[in-house]
Amino acid sequence: MNATATMPFADLIATTQASEMTGWLADLREAGAARFAEEGIPTSRDEEWRFTPVGPLGKMTFRAPAVSAPLDRTALSPFAFGDGWPTVVLVDGRFVPELSRLDALPDGVVVTSLAEAIAAGEPAVEAHLGRTATADQTPFTALSAATFADGLFVQVSAGVVAPTPVQLISVATDAAAEAMLAPRLVVLVGANAELSLVESYVTLTEATYFTNTVAEVHLGANARLDHTRIMRESEAAWHIGFTQVDQEQDSHYREFALAMGGRLARHNVHTRHHGERVETLLYGLYLTRGEQVADTHSAIFHDQPNCNSWEVYKGVLADDSRAVFNGKVLVDRIAQKTDAKQTNRNLLLSDTARVDAKPQLEIFADDVRCTHGATIGKLNPQQRYYLKTRGIGGKKAEQLLTWAFAAEVMAEITQPAVRVGLEALVHQRLDELTS
Amino acid sequence: MALLHIDNLHAAADEKPILNGISLTVNAGEVHAIMGPNGSGKSTLAQVLAGHEAYDVTAGSISFAGEDLLDMEAEERAWAGLFLAFQYPVEIPGVSNAYFLRQGYNEIRKARGLDELDPIDFYDLLEEKLKVVEWGPEIMERAVNFGFSGGEKKRNEILQMAVLEPKLAILDETDSGLDIDALRIVANGVNTLRGPEKAIIVVTHYQRLLNYIVPDFVHVIAGGRIVRSGGKELALELEEKGYEWLTSEAAVA
Ligand SMILES: Nc1ncnc2c1ncn2[C@@H]1O[C@H](COP(=O)(O)OP(=O)(O)OP(=O)(O)O)[C@@H](O)[C@H]1O
Ligand SMILES: [Mg+2]
Repeated sequence: MNATATMPFADLIATTQASEMTGWLADLREAGAARFAEEGIPTSRDEEWRFTPVGPLGKMTFRAPAVSAPLDRTALSPFAFGDGWPTVVLVDGRFVPELSRLDALPDGVVVTSLAEAIAAGEPAVEAHLGRTATADQTPFTALSAATFADGLFVQVSAGVVAPTPVQLISVATDAAAEAMLAPRLVVLVGANAELSLVESYVTLTEATYFTNTVAEVHLGANARLDHTRIMRESEAAWHIGFTQVDQEQDSHYREFALAMGGRLARHNVHTRHHGERVETLLYGLYLTRGEQVADTHSAIFHDQPNCNSWEVYKGVLADDSRAVFNGKVLVDRIAQKTDAKQTNRNLLLSDTARVDAKPQLEIFADDVRCTHGATIGKLNPQQRYYLKTRGIGGKKAEQLLTWAFAAEVMAEITQPAVRVGLEALVHQRLDELTS
Repeated sequence: MALLHIDNLHAAADEKPILNGISLTVNAGEVHAIMGPNGSGKSTLAQVLAGHEAYDVTAGSISFAGEDLLDMEAEERAWAGLFLAFQYPVEIPGVSNAYFLRQGYNEIRKARGLDELDPIDFYDLLEEKLKVVEWGPEIMERAVNFGFSGGEKKRNEILQMAVLEPKLAILDETDSGLDIDALRIVANGVNTLRGPEKAIIVVTHYQRLLNYIVPDFVHVIAGGRIVRSGGKELALELEEKGYEWLTSEAAVA
């Protein structure tokens, strides 16, 4: 087995496989490991990863996280939003019940750690885990199937409107140094049910680590999910995330994704439409500096008629940083009356920042409305001048205009507490980027 | 001492000469009107005064409140008390009018060594200034000039002027595109700013505005030069005779 011994992540995969497992979970892990062994780490020759240099991941050795030092709840307060929202906290990938808040859950809302849900034999987990997001989607979904440790399980029963948002906070500490964190989420919103979800990847360390995370989301008929995804990993960290959303008829999925951490961060968000009149709204903001790389790959599979999708992604790039945006909209031949609009706008604050933007519309139906637009530009000189004539010059003008650029998409965050918190965070980062 | 002293100003854009020797002195307390045909250089003069980078001053000098204006960045000119109401105000989506005005107001105060106003105190000030342009507070939450009608944009310039309280205000065709009521409001706004310490330059095509804002001097610019200066009667004469007689005279000269 020399070949597998030199395979990236071989040790981690072997450790996970050796743990006590039976039945479907063992099969899932085994299939994931096999798939990953086949695929390996993608290279720039792979179209899906052309501009995303993940090669170094294959040459590094990541171990399991070390034992985390005990954390005080206050250490998490900068990352937590509403008071009393059901919360699962993972510290270095491991569920910490003392920091989580899972008491007094509302009727019809189940929130647990994913490992607990599996241990409890929750049938909905078996039905979705590894089936909504499958091992063959990317090498990293395969790696996740082989190695995921714990995560979040949420289930909202049919007709139930969850009264407060649910949060996942995955926090890295010094114990994550040189380690891989592999959280996984299964989020199920029943027919006519509503949920708001905040998924955060945050850090208390500046160490190098690797988060490989997968979220599997299923929305029943006429269900609504308002999803905020916050990626503020260590700027030395690697982050690869994959969100798969399956939407039944009349359902509504809305995601706002903020990416401002990681040395390299990739997020795929894929939605599939399984019925008519589905709505998918994707918003995102990425802020990069230094040599950071932020990559967003969205893919909307318009497989049914009369569905809408709306995407607005914006990026602000400083220094030598890079962004990749790839927006796929795939309209099946039966998906008549599809209405899809995609916008990607990038603001470069330096001459050496770079964006590779690629809208990718593949349309096989004839009665549809699909538009896209991608722009890459600098601050508008007319606006700068106008501000100067009002006494607002230099950095101040830059900050104001940069904030204005980001504000449009920030306004799409629907949860007030989340919006206020993220506005302050983004404001501060933009001030750093422009100074 | 003159508030503004322009001496033999020559300016060009893309190496094309536009201003060809403008000299003009404006004292505190005065109102000057500048008229002249389209493309004669009126806005260019206004923009050179405000500090637009598109224009190169190729000769001449400008002093403002005793300082060399051409040595100053546009924002420093604003700090020193110069204000230009744009012929074409710029839209800034994503920045509320209130926030924008507070930033400008506070930057100017900071530059003058004064304390900044917090949002609450600034709001009180703003409420007073909104009365000048007969506007309700709703407009303050809208993005700067974004989606404003032509007339609203002009009125917003006057609001900004009222808040920033400049020593010298240059109004570039602020009256163009205004209906009768808006014209009266804008003119009243300008008149409330008049004072012995302050001066105003109004660029206009219409004598009508000068019935409301009565000028001490009227200048006619043609071909980048002042070809005639006079009292307020000159505007009436222009209304009657057009520019032809002056521009042909200038061509001869
Ligand atoms: N940035 C520029 N680059 C090139 N040419 C310019 C520029 N600005 C002005 N000009 C030219 O200079 C001339 C004077 O323009 P200006 O806008 O000053 O005229 P104006 O007197 O304000 O006219 P109007 O009454 O139409 O507003 C015009 O021919 C114009 O095209
Ligand atoms: Mg003009």
